[in-house]
Amino acid sequence: MILDGKCPTGPIEKTWDKHRFDMKLVNPANKRKYKVIVVGTGLAGGAAAATMGELGYNVEAFCYQDSARRAHSIAAQGGINAAKNYHNDGDSVYRLFYDTIKGGDFRAREADVWRLAQVSNNIIDQCVAQGVPFAREYSGLLSNRSFGGAQVSRTFYARGQTGQQLLLGAYQALSRQVKAGTVDLKTRTEMLDLVVVDGVAKGITYRNLVTGEIESSWGDAVVLATGGYVNVFYLSTNAMGCSVTAAWKASKKGAFMANPCYTQIHPTCIPQSGEHQSKLTLMSESLRNDGRCWVPKRKEDCEKAAADIAEDDRDYYLERKYPSFGNLAPRDIASRAAKEQCDDERGVGPGKRGVYLGFQTAIDRVGEPMIKERYGNLFEMYEKITDENAYKQPMRIYPAPHYAMGGLWVDYNCMSNVPGLFVLGEANFSVHGANRLGASALMQGLADGYFVIPYTIGNYLAGVKPGEVTTDHAEFKKSREEVTEKTEKLLNINGKRTVSSFHRELGKIMWENVGMARSEESLKYALKAIPELRDEFWQNVKVTGEAKGRNGQLEDAGRVADFLEFAEVLATDALHRKESCGGHFRTEYQTDDGEATRDDENFCYAAAWEYKGEGKAPELHKEPLKFENVKLAVRSYK
Amino acid sequence: MDLTLYVWRQNGPEEKGKLEQYAAKNVSPDSSFLEMLDEVNNDLIENGIDPIEFDNDCREGICGTCGCVVNGIPHGPQEKTTACQLHMRQFSDGDSLTLEPWRAKAFPVVKDLVVDRTALDNIIESGGYTSAYTGEVGEANQTLISKPDSDYAMDAAECIGCGACVAACPNGSAMLFTSAKIAQMAVLPQGEIEAAERVQNMTEAMLNAGFGNCTNHYECEAACPKGVSVKFIAKTNREFVKALAK
Repeated sequence: MILDGKCPTGPIEKTWDKHRFDMKLVNPANKRKYKVIVVGTGLAGGAAAATMGELGYNVEAFCYQDSARRAHSIAAQGGINAAKNYHNDGDSVYRLFYDTIKGGDFRAREADVWRLAQVSNNIIDQCVAQGVPFAREYSGLLSNRSFGGAQVSRTFYARGQTGQQLLLGAYQALSRQVKAGTVDLKTRTEMLDLVVVDGVAKGITYRNLVTGEIESSWGDAVVLATGGYVNVFYLSTNAMGCSVTAAWKASKKGAFMANPCYTQIHPTCIPQSGEHQSKLTLMSESLRNDGRCWVPKRKEDCEKAAADIAEDDRDYYLERKYPSFGNLAPRDIASRAAKEQCDDERGVGPGKRGVYLGFQTAIDRVGEPMIKERYGNLFEMYEKITDENAYKQPMRIYPAPHYAMGGLWVDYNCMSNVPGLFVLGEANFSVHGANRLGASALMQGLADGYFVIPYTIGNYLAGVKPGEVTTDHAEFKKSREEVTEKTEKLLNINGKRTVSSFHRELGKIMWENVGMARSEESLKYALKAIPELRDEFWQNVKVTGEAKGRNGQLEDAGRVADFLEFAEVLATDALHRKESCGGHFRTEYQTDDGEATRDDENFCYAAAWEYKGEGKAPELHKEPLKFENVKLAVRSYK
Repeated sequence: MDLTLYVWRQNGPEEKGKLEQYAAKNVSPDSSFLEMLDEVNNDLIENGIDPIEFDNDCREGICGTCGCVVNGIPHGPQEKTTACQLHMRQFSDGDSLTLEPWRAKAFPVVKDLVVDRTALDNIIESGGYTSAYTGEVGEANQTLISKPDSDYAMDAAECIGCGACVAACPNGSAMLFTSAKIAQMAVLPQGEIEAAERVQNMTEAMLNAGFGNCTNHYECEAACPKGVSVKFIAKTNREFVKALAK
């Protein structure tokens, strides 16, 4: 099937304005009659629930955390992009649009990206109105810094806690609606099924994580804002609870999974220190404003302390390879460059899987107090984890799974191919193409939540009779029975291996074969190993406790079970995409100096995979991508 | 290193709890406190014992989900550190650790070390925001905010809502949590307009939720993993008096 993104036509500058006017509206008195379900309360979900509540819809919001304030958006450190051009340095909506299309290696839809760039400025205005304490100059004006993949300063930030402050802004707007009674917030609940009636999304089934009850809820539309799936690699920068479960359940009910192989490996994370490790910690990309990445020029020097390696014996490899962007090369490129140095046996630290990120040059230039003001909390965090003082010696960093550009397929209205099912933020595939630029995730989450879904959901609901299907419908009962049965099945296996041991093993398969570098051989191996591990899981996993009441092991088991199915689609997508682009690097498709080689003739499309049942290969559908404003070109940061 | 743990086990809010003794063996000094608990849980599962339930999520010290009282101190002995960022090199081989949930009237125990902190959300719902609708709200740089005011707001806004301040307070007060939000909003021009109403509503909501009042013990600041200062409580008191005069 050829998919249609339903993008508006005409000059790109007018697309969103024209579309906003063309969309149908629901009058204020009628909005009260509709009920909308929102799953996830991060930047996208929290903003969407708050805004739709303000508009007058009845919103029911769900999150697995104990409070809506804790979604993993909170951990974003560096900043949020906007095309304000406050610095008079040549920024514009067009440039943000261009940088994002190019940064995504020409694998995103132009119209979606244009809209994102256009509303980016409204986001900053909105957050300031909410009392978000962005960094400011002594003049009282907002401050900016630079991020990877851009040559302008367009990133707004709140120390190293931008995600926290933006999320608290959305959470507070949401709390105001909870108080006003427009939003019914259900915390500590996990969506375990999408209820589809006659091909249309009409509700969800979820587990109450305190009582263990399996319950259902109906809605005239269902909005998923459930984040990304890189915990499929086990060790990642995601929170422990981040999973593919909600998206995967929707996929099993007919929603297409688009470009799952586009995973972002973030270049600057603290390297793994041992087998006990449960997650990897990010060191913000903003550090590359002042930090310089290097390794010893000679293998013999790798064992020496950093201070004993003379300046001339250091290889500032990003500055060498990419002189015009230097240390601010985009993430996919910086990650691969780090891996390349380590593969060349010039890595540092335990296992030699690490590179240095040094600040001496910056400290000499602006002084330690200034560096402390800019990144103090990051240096503190680094010291707590590694017991090393990064003011005195360079940080050691290594790439780690961080973000999913792929996700559920959506059209220009953020609606999936299942009518009534909308997908926002990291959970959808829409704007980042094959690689996301730094400080663009926060922008997308809030754009989708504050400024896109409030319009597009009205356009959909205007054609729906409110409350036509409720939880009385037989499909809801069936859904609850299926979820209950699956829960019982997990608890009754009573095997020998812990849930986490399966997750760890899956992560190892994925990281080694479907990670930063992939080949036909490694992918074929993964596609053999994953089903084997999945079979063993269903024979030999040990899930303690009961279905009733709080049971963390049961929660984890369900998530790992879904990762074990989803991983196969991810690897299948990676195997089929016989080109290298952005975060998807196939070793067979590279230039002599190791740069990605795209194949626009054969792969300039979004790959959307349809679930066809257990043990069956997923079916590929394509959405061709057209580039009418930005010319398809080799992406160069040299 | 090897440690002995005494962990609070309680099956549900209505049930009685007690301390159980477990061994944590071969703990790496580089592992985090929660990774140490992961390993203990793996041992418990293998021995057919239900694992210890504890809340956690980001494991980067920012989401505010984790936390328990370690040897009488919320989040353990290291200053300005959440339980997930506490590393085992802070302890010595042979140490005994007693692990308890946050104890406060407003935080009923859900299970083991997990408590219900909905009461904190209720305080924010009562007024911890500006009433700005999403839409055209004016250009961001139209309103200048001095850097000291902006920094002050950010210092207050660093609160992660973990509840350690409540657990540390002899009165089980949420005054540090509440005042951090009141002070952040009061110092910003966007929040100033609703300041009087906000301080009254939020302090009332705090008391209604079952938290005690502040009697200046300052245990909250000492326990706060983000170092939120009690100066915001003084600011709140001032805002409260100003509101009464209106």
